[in-house]
Amino acid sequence: MAFWNTLERFGERTALITETGEHITYSALLARADEIAGAAGSRCLAFLMCRNCADAAAGYVGFLRRGIVPVLLAENLDTSMLEGLLESYRPAYFYLPNEKAPDLPGVTAWRGESYTLLHLPYEQDYKLPEELALLLTTSGSTGSPKLVRQSGRNIEANTRSIAEYLGILSEDRAITTLPMQYTYGLSILQSHLSVGAAVILTDKTLMDKEFWALLKEQKATTFGGVPYIYEMLKKLRFDRMNLPSLRYLTQAGGKLPKELAEEFIQTCKRKNMKFIVMYGQTEATARMAYLPWEHAESHAASIGIAIPGGEFWLADPEGAPILEPETTGELVYRGPNVTLGYAENRFDLCKPDENHGELRTGDMAKRDAKGFYYIVGRKKRFLKLFGSRVNLDEVEGLLNRAGIPCACAGVDDRLDVYITDGSLLGQAERFIKEHTAINPNGFQLHVIEEIPRNDSGKVLYSALGARP
Amino acid sequence: MTNIEKYNEAFIESFGVTEEQLPDLAYQEIPEWDSVGHMQLIAALEDAFDIMFDTDDIIDFSSYEKGKEFMAKYEVEL
Repeated sequence: MAFWNTLERFGERTALITETGEHITYSALLARADEIAGAAGSRCLAFLMCRNCADAAAGYVGFLRRGIVPVLLAENLDTSMLEGLLESYRPAYFYLPNEKAPDLPGVTAWRGESYTLLHLPYEQDYKLPEELALLLTTSGSTGSPKLVRQSGRNIEANTRSIAEYLGILSEDRAITTLPMQYTYGLSILQSHLSVGAAVILTDKTLMDKEFWALLKEQKATTFGGVPYIYEMLKKLRFDRMNLPSLRYLTQAGGKLPKELAEEFIQTCKRKNMKFIVMYGQTEATARMAYLPWEHAESHAASIGIAIPGGEFWLADPEGAPILEPETTGELVYRGPNVTLGYAENRFDLCKPDENHGELRTGDMAKRDAKGFYYIVGRKKRFLKLFGSRVNLDEVEGLLNRAGIPCACAGVDDRLDVYITDGSLLGQAERFIKEHTAINPNGFQLHVIEEIPRNDSGKVLYSALGARP
Repeated sequence: MTNIEKYNEAFIESFGVTEEQLPDLAYQEIPEWDSVGHMQLIAALEDAFDIMFDTDDIIDFSSYEKGKEFMAKYEVEL
């Protein structure tokens, strides 16, 4: 049975811990969750603007339990992007922070300490198929309406698998370091709740002393991080910190540079903690692979092996399986957590399962003789900026349509935008900062003579220049 | 460049703000000063003054004004 329907059995165990140190039991969480979802009535679509707080988590849990399909959105979504999404999807409800509620048309159906459930006036002229449970964005920073359709079965299977390979115990306490609308952040919340463990909810970052105080006071046993979080931990001299409650750390959301991975493997070994490198995608619910701790040291650059219930194979350029080790091909995954497909508007929501349990990851990888996988490169045109996926073609499109011709490339944590008209430099910077949710510290503008193209007019991204 | 000029420059370069905006500047008050921006600011200050911040000072450095107090600890007179 789906874990969100059996949380009652954890009764008086602590489910959530707030920034102020308040402990919320599973029964209290469910009472609130069911109250919120009850105010929305029957199965429908609801936008959920995420924060790491009790009301947001309760709303999410309530929606799942009631069969209401949430679309998880970032808080910093630009107004016009939000309007675009509302128009495309016409949700029946919007669950959002109290102070944001007045900005939208709608009737308050429920109001809590921090969140409001608004009943929106849209005509419900679309259907939701039975298996659809959750919708997550693919490139939130460019306001793309493309969402990943996740089924109840996907969430249940992936959550159980994650809890199993990580060995999550009901005594564990995860402290949040990532936003809830991000599949990795969401998986931490879900996997811990599924076994009756606790989640310490905070929007504070590693650069806040309140984060560390909360971690120590509430004795957090674990947290996760994308590569830049590990860069920050290194800067903060994590190796010198005294944090006896920590039991294990996880890493996903991009490839951790080998030296940094090796460093954290050693640091964690010394501190008697596990360090689990993982790999996944929203299109696979959250997770596809993990590097078992006992193999971390000997396979520091690897993403490990498929999670319980999943399997990998490598496709050659013709699509045939690669059988030899040390040969690069496209990584393909099979498992119950492969999602149903995408949606671009509310009428796409009733599309059937287009993947049938198999996902072409878009990543190039190879397998060693022992069966461990290594990511070699990316096939698709996107980057991870501090954990968030940014589609390069979408950024180009936005800038081109704004009258700023450009070509976009770069590496994880640094988007390079090449323009040919130097006089547009200020305008380009302002556009990116004001009309996208791209992290202002994550991009760099470059003025070049002309955008290199091949004979058919396609941009030659490789000729745009190596990093300075 | 004087020390105060170097200090200000680190903020101006890291966040793209003007000198007028400096006095009220605090962590998470502007989009640029998030945790990533904070890392960049710390690195810029460390480079400018050839110092290395303690962890406690990095996580306590919550505003332009507060930061000035820390600089004295590193023997930088602003």
